[in-house]
Amino acid sequence: MAESPILPIFEAGADPGPSFVDLLRRISPDALTLPSSPNATALPFDAPHGTTVVAIRCEGGVVMAGDRRATAGHSIANRRIEKVFPADDFSGVAIAGTAGLAVEMVRLFQVQLEHYEKIEGEALSLEGKANQLSQMVRANLPAAMQGLVVVPLFAGYDQRRRRGRVFSYDAVGGKYEESDFSTNGSGAVHARNWIKAVWREGMSGDDAVLAAIRSLFAAADEDTATGGPDLVRGIYPLVATIDADGFRFMEEAEVARRSQALLEGPERGGAA
Amino acid sequence: MSMPFYVSPEQVMKDRADYARKGIARGRSLVALEYGGGIVIVAENPSRTLFKISEVYDRIAFAGVGKYNEFQMLKIGGVRLADMKGFQYSREDVTANSLANAYAQTLGQVFTHEMKPYEVEILVAEVGAGEDDPNQLFHILYDGTLMDESDFTVLGGDAERISEALEGAFTAGLDLAGAVRLGAQVLAEDGERLRAASLEVAVLERGRARRAFRRIRGSELEGLLG
Repeated sequence: MAESPILPIFEAGADPGPSFVDLLRRISPDALTLPSSPNATALPFDAPHGTTVVAIRCEGGVVMAGDRRATAGHSIANRRIEKVFPADDFSGVAIAGTAGLAVEMVRLFQVQLEHYEKIEGEALSLEGKANQLSQMVRANLPAAMQGLVVVPLFAGYDQRRRRGRVFSYDAVGGKYEESDFSTNGSGAVHARNWIKAVWREGMSGDDAVLAAIRSLFAAADEDTATGGPDLVRGIYPLVATIDADGFRFMEEAEVARRSQALLEGPERGGAA
Repeated sequence: MSMPFYVSPEQVMKDRADYARKGIARGRSLVALEYGGGIVIVAENPSRTLFKISEVYDRIAFAGVGKYNEFQMLKIGGVRLADMKGFQYSREDVTANSLANAYAQTLGQVFTHEMKPYEVEILVAEVGAGEDDPNQLFHILYDGTLMDESDFTVLGGDAERISEALEGAFTAGLDLAGAVRLGAQVLAEDGERLRAASLEVAVLERGRARRAFRRIRGSELEGLLG
């Protein structure tokens, strides 16, 4: 029971502390839960689905990237969807799965991290952020039972350990720290194989960006749901780097330049 | 047979106001100044961890003087209100104006209905997004009185003396160092400038992409104080 009619101030036992999710649950629970049908069967329609994302640990940080396609069944739902987001200044999240729920989950996650930081006066540890995301994925389980699965990748620069870290999740909220890299979504297998072939301990950020772009090309080449670079419309993967200076997106022109380098590379093979 | 006391409403309000003012006067003061790049808030505060100034939202800061636990609770309430609104509507819909009104109503309600008024004075500051967008400084008293001020505002028991000093010394468009020095000077009772170790300083910088709030401390603060 809020003491003030306007400000959300609570009595000791009911106080949600620094958690925005708990605050929302107290004040506006409908904003959090998806109405779940009692007989959980697959939905009678195709909700847009995000496809391939990758996260690669490199010297001094991590690189995250995602293709730009969303599909609904066999149709293309969106050519320019964004699947890589800053979670806060030093971490990012990349999403695969049901786009509508995933984007909303990211929005909640972003507010959760910032809210904690403002209330406590200090940001969560990277591990703490990864655990928070795990709880959100788990909270989505009823929707996942109806086929609306959301599986993010989380990566960031750990300011206490001074290195990049990558976490992957499963549909029930299981969190797994990856030692080197991770991929997710429909083209994940192809992307993973490409990265596996070129990944080296201590690889530079530039090499990791190139590996990310090439792995997404490889995924697009083999998987219909993953979008490749679109030279006609100028649509390229979204690439972000996170290091001691924080999260930043690579300029689209720069991604375009690096993508076009593929034109002279081994990707020409198998054109027939 | 005992007679019930009659205390006039005027007396009740006056007693409460005196009580709140006395509590506020025990603490140290704080000033907020508009400068060329945004808003700077300078507080006398020897603690490195118990802050008087806090970030509330992208372009909005909160500052309080008086009883720490009370303005800290108000700060948390404000952060919650702002984050709720930004999440349910959009980030652009969170304004200092509506936040200041929520604070004014809450403080007014507590002042008239609770046993004990809050012994606090608070500031809600918002830096304009573009060059031409005005800054906003809302000063809210313990009884819910809400004032919209410009150029500078002073909170705390010593406000009258500090305001007078600022009237003469303030000029528009100061640079950051000039504004911080002016703040450090007017807060000091003897006219000597306060040292970095007894100051808490934060800015809302107009030019920053999203979160305009930044604390200034350590060597950067010492550098600005010169």
